[in-house]
Amino acid sequence: MTFATAAVVTPYTVPLWLMDVLQVTVLVLVAAAATAVVLVRDPVRQVIVLSGYGLLLAVLFLVFQAPDVTLSELSVGAIVLPILVLLALAKVRRREEGDK
Amino acid sequence: MSSRQRLWLFATAIAGFSAFYLWGLAGLPGFGLYPGPYGDVINRIAVGQTNATGVVSAVNFAYRGFDTLGEEFILFVAATGVSLVLRHLRGERERAPRDDAIDRDDSVTTEAITIAALIFVGPTVALGWFLASHAQTSPSGGFQGGAVLGSAFMLIYLGGQFLIFKRISPVAVADAVEAAAAGSFAAVGVAALALGLPYLANILPLGGTPGAVSSSGTIALISFFVGIEVAAAFAVVVSEMLEQTLLVPAGRR
Repeated sequence: MTFATAAVVTPYTVPLWLMDVLQVTVLVLVAAAATAVVLVRDPVRQVIVLSGYGLLLAVLFLVFQAPDVTLSELSVGAIVLPILVLLALAKVRRREEGDK
Repeated sequence: MSSRQRLWLFATAIAGFSAFYLWGLAGLPGFGLYPGPYGDVINRIAVGQTNATGVVSAVNFAYRGFDTLGEEFILFVAATGVSLVLRHLRGERERAPRDDAIDRDDSVTTEAITIAALIFVGPTVALGWFLASHAQTSPSGGFQGGAVLGSAFMLIYLGGQFLIFKRISPVAVADAVEAAAAGSFAAVGVAALALGLPYLANILPLGGTPGAVSSSGTIALISFFVGIEVAAAFAVVVSEMLEQTLLVPAGRR
């Protein structure tokens, strides 16, 4: 894999090697978090890990220069999706209790 | 099928898939190297043509506005589907919210959580509103702004203010707002047709200087409608899900 070689000079220019380090680090973190989401078996804990994964994904988009996607991912991945899953879990748990 | 046969099937499939996948990867341009002409062309002409310095928004709401219209209606149909699937059935009734955790008696949201959640409602609404109305000048836009606005509703619920949540986002109102905003996007396109221009052509004045909030014509307007639509869609989906947790299925206590 060859990394970008042309630097774009902006008021916020970051050295290229630092950007590469950042990108690789965040990619590794996202891969680790995604694996963690799958490995956690208790659904309620899984939702919390999923929320953290959404947060990391938002950072990934930022580091890869897509701040617009970061803003969406922050609210969808880290807040809305976990809440929807939690509400579904609450519903399921209630139904199971009703069966007892 | 025996497990041995299944293993062979899997091995064949994974070998074929890997071969094509790796072949495809080998043909990709190097990381960070953009080969196509379109991005470069857009980067050069977008600001001059649309007066929008948020070029991503210019692409989303002008150059590929029709594409975005389709995406917006995906969200609209999804939220409508949630309303339909989670509708109240005959015999179902609501009951007061209560904690169903087996090891707790009742749910009390602590004051610390309530205050922490409610403190962020104002700033979240302001940020969402800012994002939805500044697509033309920043890397924001209707979807991001709407999603942030939608999160503000959830903060109210997280703060334990369930009744307030229900009062400020009744499903019927949120449904209507969502539909009106989605329809407005399509109507902006039809307005261009009425003037004899192509669908979704930028019919509003582009404003004086690129980067001004009042610049970019329909780009800003469509982004605003998308923001309202997304926020309302989030409110609809979460309200429906919340009501489901309070419903007692027909035939039970």
